[in-house]
Amino acid sequence: MDNYKELFVDGGLTQKDFMTTLRNNFYYVLIVVPCQTILALFLAMVVNQKFLKGRSFFRSAFYFPSVTSSVAISVVFLFIFQNTGAVNAMLAKFGITGPNWFADARGLIHIFLERIGVVDLANPPTALVDHTVMGLPVWEWIAGPSVAMCTIMILSIWTTSGTFMLMFLAALQDVSNEVDEAAMVDGAGRWQRFRYVTLPAIKPTLFLVITLGLIGTWQVFDQVYIMSQGGPAKTTLTPAYLSYTKGFSEFEYGVGAAIAFCLFLIIMVMTLIQKWVMRDKDAAKLKKSQKAQDRLTADAQKELIRQEVSE
Amino acid sequence: MSAIDYGLPADLEMNKPKKSHLGWFKYLGGYAVLLFFAMVYLYPFVIQLSNSFKTDAQAAQDPLTLKPDPFSTAAWEKLLGGSVPFDVWMKNSIIVALFVTFGRVFFDSMAGYALSRLHFRGRDSLSFAIVAMMAVPGVVLLIPKFLVLKGLGIWDTYPAMILPLIIDASGIFIMKQFFESVSPSMEEAARIDGAGVFRTFWSVVLPMAKPALITLTILSFQGSWNEFTHFLVATQSPSLNTLTKGVAQLTTGQLGGGQMFPLKLAAAFIATIPTAIVFIIFQRRFVQGANEGADKG
Repeated sequence: MDNYKELFVDGGLTQKDFMTTLRNNFYYVLIVVPCQTILALFLAMVVNQKFLKGRSFFRSAFYFPSVTSSVAISVVFLFIFQNTGAVNAMLAKFGITGPNWFADARGLIHIFLERIGVVDLANPPTALVDHTVMGLPVWEWIAGPSVAMCTIMILSIWTTSGTFMLMFLAALQDVSNEVDEAAMVDGAGRWQRFRYVTLPAIKPTLFLVITLGLIGTWQVFDQVYIMSQGGPAKTTLTPAYLSYTKGFSEFEYGVGAAIAFCLFLIIMVMTLIQKWVMRDKDAAKLKKSQKAQDRLTADAQKELIRQEVSE
Repeated sequence: MSAIDYGLPADLEMNKPKKSHLGWFKYLGGYAVLLFFAMVYLYPFVIQLSNSFKTDAQAAQDPLTLKPDPFSTAAWEKLLGGSVPFDVWMKNSIIVALFVTFGRVFFDSMAGYALSRLHFRGRDSLSFAIVAMMAVPGVVLLIPKFLVLKGLGIWDTYPAMILPLIIDASGIFIMKQFFESVSPSMEEAARIDGAGVFRTFWSVVLPMAKPALITLTILSFQGSWNEFTHFLVATQSPSLNTLTKGVAQLTTGQLGGGQMFPLKLAAAFIATIPTAIVFIIFQRRFVQGANEGADKG
């Protein structure tokens, strides 16, 4: 229990670090999950356009990053986001001076607040700095993801969207052509057809993708290990990475395991929320006699896909 | 097993709208989007390859140019010439991938068969336990894994790298699903002819299971080749480094020696090649693997 105390009530450095990781990962999830879901759905809809030739080539191209090693990909991203790297060179062509990605600890919300002239980053409002919640100043809680964290987010969106695109693609091919064409004949526009025909049909897949996204994004580790080791100023530290360093650099296995267990609970809660949201659907769909067996199967299939996504 | 085939045969595309309905605009727009995203998804690999042939200085100053000038194989010579223990990493990756792939195919198919066909007490709870195991996120288990390997006295050895990966719940599940989808009539015939359980499994069932076995082989190879966190906690000796762990150490500067991006990019590139080749040959299987059951889920 002492380990959990250290994480939640002691007010020491460990608690501050743990709360920082929760903040970092929360913003990470908040941005990565919607982005990867929307991008994946968009790509799937484009690749699903039957009048385009060479679709299987593009499908493979989009999926390719998902099958490569996360370590190898992180090296490439580390290179292209260097201060003098390819991304900044590209931005320079458009007359934009790119940030020093991996050294920039400023949070996006902080930057935004400074832009609109509400606060001065060098001199943050004392009321927010002095007031702490769960061991971390309010000012830190509202920082938003740091610029450095953005590189990891971009990498994550880039590698996972291909896998999710394939799932959406499978779902889109089950969307009845007749209904879509009927809607077209009735004069429904492109957006209306998407909203009232496509979206309801792929809803289960959409939920699945979001859940898998939520679960996967809470586990981010490899990319942090390679690209930033938690820095700058601990703004890319995640619970998984903190658990690892606590255990293997500081040899505090108890604290490390406690962090891991909290992470496990967060992920379980995400899964249960998804189950709860999908509950009515499942109940209606499954036949009574087969219920238990089918549910077991369906759960396992979701897990299976999830594992492949996290690889 | 749900085979999902995206390359629709021509006759299925008959009810697509006539070309005349579509303006040029839609056509060009569609391709513009596809090409743009193909660039976004593939260009980093192009940058990676071209920069691995640059000098350190040029890679730092001019990362975007595709043509290395001067063209330099220094990074590759360094990598393959022994200034980093690349041969050791390669050897370890191959050993582990071979054992893990072979082990998973062998044990997962046997376990999957037992769970789908043999009748024994506790079969359902065992199936449930396997599914539950799949639900535990990997990063949560790093410390327990380390402590167990230590306790068994095999930490920092090849068995520590191989044994925990040699059987996996998702592989068992794929095989179980497959065996449940085929009719048991052939096996019954074999049994009547006097074949035992293992004989039936080996000579009658496995040959039929080829499609599932290929999918499982590919996924196992890809998984073990790309594995990183497990090796991070299971070993410490540099002589047991795999490609992923070696490249990670090289990149995070644990092996010393500053930027050296061409070298790192070249090493990462080699680590990508085997999965890339497997992917290109078996694209369709990957698609199928990723979608296993997604249509029902």
